[in-house]
Amino acid sequence: MTKPGLDQTPSLNPMFRFQWEEAQGCHVLLYPEGMIKLNDSAAAILAEVQGEQDCAAIIQALEARFPDAGALGPDVLEFLEVAHEQNWIRYA
Amino acid sequence: MSRTGSVMPETVKTQGPPLWLLAELTYKCPLQCPYCSNPLDFAEHGEELNTEQWIDVLRQARKMGAAQLGFSGGEPLVRRDLEQLIAEGRTLGYYTNLITSGIGLNADRIAAFREAGLDHIQISFQASDESVNNMLAGSDKAFRQKLKMAREVKAQGYPMVLNFVTHKHNIDRIDRIIELCVELEADYVELATCQYYGWAHENRDSLLPTQAQLERAEQITNTYRDKLAAEGNPIKLIFVTPDYYEERPKKCMNGWGEIFLTVTPDGTALPCHSARMLPVEFPNVKDHSLQHIWHDSFGFNHFRGDDWMQEPCRSCDEKEQDLGGCRCQAYLLTGDMNATDPVCSKSPQHQRILDARAAAEQPDTDRTITFRNERNSRVFARG
Repeated sequence: MTKPGLDQTPSLNPMFRFQWEEAQGCHVLLYPEGMIKLNDSAAAILAEVQGEQDCAAIIQALEARFPDAGALGPDVLEFLEVAHEQNWIRYA
Repeated sequence: MSRTGSVMPETVKTQGPPLWLLAELTYKCPLQCPYCSNPLDFAEHGEELNTEQWIDVLRQARKMGAAQLGFSGGEPLVRRDLEQLIAEGRTLGYYTNLITSGIGLNADRIAAFREAGLDHIQISFQASDESVNNMLAGSDKAFRQKLKMAREVKAQGYPMVLNFVTHKHNIDRIDRIIELCVELEADYVELATCQYYGWAHENRDSLLPTQAQLERAEQITNTYRDKLAAEGNPIKLIFVTPDYYEERPKKCMNGWGEIFLTVTPDGTALPCHSARMLPVEFPNVKDHSLQHIWHDSFGFNHFRGDDWMQEPCRSCDEKEQDLGGCRCQAYLLTGDMNATDPVCSKSPQHQRILDARAAAEQPDTDRTITFRNERNSRVFARG
């Protein structure tokens, strides 16, 4: 597996549903018969994965949302690589 | 129920909420599988909950924190209000799962479920070839219908899990089973060995595979896993071994009253769908709130923690790992629901498991299969 290119556009695998779970106090991915609890940064990235923005736009949006966090590119691409390995996301 | 492949949160010491609500809508089913997980005396159970009562159950469980909702049975398609219940479940924010035999399904109904917000469909098969499948299902048309519906489910864009309950009569064809699942484009495949409760326990000598059969099947499954991964196929094969061939029992339901909440057709609430066989009084949603049932009822608290344990579990340094194993299996095989699950090699009654393994080695002659149907169920109910 390799990191995605900046011009690639990820979308959520339709098998998974991304939502906030009040009882868990976190965002989760729900899929047939299971649930993955997400930490805050994973949730912030997945919230931007809608099949519309490419990776460059996602990074830009996150950097605008979290101006104190500095450059987020490497972390975001690394997470998307893992998410792709896990089959949570796909590329158009 | 073999709920596997799931990523569950760490156990916390204070009692967390149920994460799974299994709604067993009805015990009615057109098939007669001899390993059905419904109670032996299902035909004698009371009136089914009505639509309003089910909707109330869905709302209460969701409010407590349940995120997964399974519609099961019997055959849930028998319920004419299924579309309505799916819509309610989806609106509440559940991930909605339909667990079906596929009998009674058609393209229009699959589309109507989609419209209602259904997230996923699981279809159970009995075997990979038509004659064995139909023999086990007790129906001449079951196999073709299942194939057709599996294709339709994928064509309409659903995630699909295929479930094959494996046993002596089909496990040697596991290569063909896996190939069929690949062809049908399943996302997950549960190759789940029979769990020997209820009907399956009655038929155990006809169903339990031999150790050699099991090892071969697991090996073939592993070979396919490697091959499919190398081809870039995302299909996930989940192989569930029968605990009859283990030396330690499984942590039943991931802990009694920890994650799973089953509501049966008449409203009885259970920590696991087999638990009804135990000599424990379980609460009914018609009499109590789910909050009370989950946190305060005798039935749900009875096997939480380890105060109930006897020796050899009580002083065992592995007790946290398996919590003494399955209460139903202990009761079924020893007559004492507080006993160590005989699957454990430390159990004084482990010989019963060894005897069952030895019986599986015997040639399969003169064994009759007791099919799950109303007539046989009434015989069990009369006892």
